[in-house]
Amino acid sequence: MKYIDGFRNHMAAKAITEDIHDLAAKLSGDNREARIMEVCGSHTMSIARYGIRQILPDNVRLISGPGCPVCVTDAAYIDAAIELAEKGIHIATFGDMLKVPGSRRTLADARGAGGNVHICYSPLDAVKLAKDNPEEEIVFLGIGFETTVPPVISIIKKALAENLKNISVLTAFKLVPPALEALAEDKDVAVNGFLLPAHVSAIIGAEAYRGFVEKHKISSVIAGFEPLDILLGIKGLLDQLVGNRVELVNQYARVVKSGGNRIALSLIREILEPADASWRGIGTIPGSGLKLREEFSKYDAAKKFKVSTEGGTPDKRCRCGEVLRGMIFPDECPLFNTECTPLFPVGPCMVSSEGSCAAYYKYSR
Amino acid sequence: MSDVERILLGHGGGGKLSRNLIDKEIVTRFATEGPLAGLPDGASLQVGSEQLVFSTDSFVVSPLEFPGGDIGKLAVHGTVNDVSVSGAVPKWLSLALIIEEGLEISLLQRILDSIKEAADEIGVQVVTGDTKVVARGQCDKLFVNTAGIGRKIENINTGIHRIQQGDVIITSGTLGDHGMAIMAAREQLTLNNDLKSDTGSVHRLVQAAAKWPESIKFMRDPTRGGIAAVLGEIVEDQPFGIELKEEKIPYNPDARAVAEVLGIDLMHVACEGRMLLIAAPEEAANILEAWKALPEGKGAAIIGEVTGDSGRVILETQIGGRRMVDIPQGELLPRIC
Repeated sequence: MKYIDGFRNHMAAKAITEDIHDLAAKLSGDNREARIMEVCGSHTMSIARYGIRQILPDNVRLISGPGCPVCVTDAAYIDAAIELAEKGIHIATFGDMLKVPGSRRTLADARGAGGNVHICYSPLDAVKLAKDNPEEEIVFLGIGFETTVPPVISIIKKALAENLKNISVLTAFKLVPPALEALAEDKDVAVNGFLLPAHVSAIIGAEAYRGFVEKHKISSVIAGFEPLDILLGIKGLLDQLVGNRVELVNQYARVVKSGGNRIALSLIREILEPADASWRGIGTIPGSGLKLREEFSKYDAAKKFKVSTEGGTPDKRCRCGEVLRGMIFPDECPLFNTECTPLFPVGPCMVSSEGSCAAYYKYSR
Repeated sequence: MSDVERILLGHGGGGKLSRNLIDKEIVTRFATEGPLAGLPDGASLQVGSEQLVFSTDSFVVSPLEFPGGDIGKLAVHGTVNDVSVSGAVPKWLSLALIIEEGLEISLLQRILDSIKEAADEIGVQVVTGDTKVVARGQCDKLFVNTAGIGRKIENINTGIHRIQQGDVIITSGTLGDHGMAIMAAREQLTLNNDLKSDTGSVHRLVQAAAKWPESIKFMRDPTRGGIAAVLGEIVEDQPFGIELKEEKIPYNPDARAVAEVLGIDLMHVACEGRMLLIAAPEEAANILEAWKALPEGKGAAIIGEVTGDSGRVILETQIGGRRMVDIPQGELLPRIC
């Protein structure tokens, strides 16, 4: 824990915060503001948990992006998972998915009504479940960004090695770089700095963003999730803005290498191939997903059980789409803290603890 | 969306969902007046010339044995603690067992020995009990219920109505150890640490603080929902709020390690042998000192104070930011990444 506390040091935070205020004052002198999007949900959560927004100058705005994998999962996907649970199939999932509303209900409701829904801490728990229950079908809910994909698809490697036929994955994987492209091209999204994700970058490598930064000319810093990492990331972005520079900076070099994690990347390429993906609240982004290659299709739960994971009908009043693109703050949605609370979420951003609305609700109402 | 038709696991999580259920279904029937009104930890009953406190709790923990304790110890401590923080000296316990067919006798023996040991140490007597066996699958190995009766300590008069701006919040030790030890044991998270449950009795802590009875405004043992739930309930609809300093809150490094990995806020996690006490500032240092002199209070610390910020619990974070502390919602769910 000493390692973590070093990155939460009060004196260091104070010094960096002072630098941030100095840089922001220079921007303010030119009547400029920093509009920084933190792309990743873990950043959103950390910013809220440590009260970072409250110590920043007024002209430094942090905007939460679409980087919560649970939040951007299509309602139809949840519906499909519930349908499978109702058929008696065992659903294995990370805990966050339990409370996500589909078109009508959540997996927690399905479990309450007798469905077999298992919370896993590791995808390997699902493999064990399959081995221990050879007569039952196990479906793992494969959602997440580049960070989560490799451990989830390791299920398939295990299943192949051990000849398990009763386990499959319902995939709705998402990729960060294509989403960044879509955000940069969206005229409604006005940001002049990206705080790039920590763990996703550890997998794909810092260089994965090079083309994006050069094409769209938006200052970008890869930052860790600890409060000092985030403050240093913000300082780095302000420094670029003040100097009118556009660079890709890797602040999180203690974990993120330029080429990423080669073993993880080759596993992804072996089992999956790029696909279009539907993002809840945003729509379809070309090439922003991953699907199982044809030779692994027997592990594709959507094919195996003939369910569709796209095209759900979420509540129309929900403004998560605008929240996810940084167009409005969560408390500008009329449902926020009225009909939509973490206990009874309407929209996906209220569900996961990483969702922008949940973070707002929890820490800064 | 808010019409829940069935009981969900979250209804038992100690957070808002639990509160909603209790408010809607229990309070309306049993607690609009009388000893249960206001939902204290124990009922204060006048019996002849004597003031007694009566409380009950059920225990369904899995696994039955975990690092630092077992369901037996927990069943004694849980009820003893509810009686104690109601300002009483625990005297008598009831013990009811619901046993699943197939439970190893040797395991049952270990748990009963553990109950006896815990009760003897505290000086409470098991005076009545019941045993039921149900068919395989109808309960999870063993469920335990205890009820306890204690004698009220003179001059202790606690309650939210006595809390004032300027009062201080004292914890008797590190927070969240029990919940994290259970989660680590249940999920077989092997983080190479020796995290143990904090299960224990707070009766001596209460009796130590009772030297300054007038100063004690409020006592509670933070179980499900952690200190966030306790403090959140205290400030609800009150003219005061609470401000905590993150750097003053004692946490066990091993509990923090598990919480960091799972993405869980330790302020939301259960203790089973800790106390929160809200005291007038004048005597807070004395109470703290008296606690620190006890083995179960050696990690005691003043973690915050009562403010004029109506209805809100605010945390000053390690890095100097400020944020709200919310009552946990339902089940504690580990995050995906």
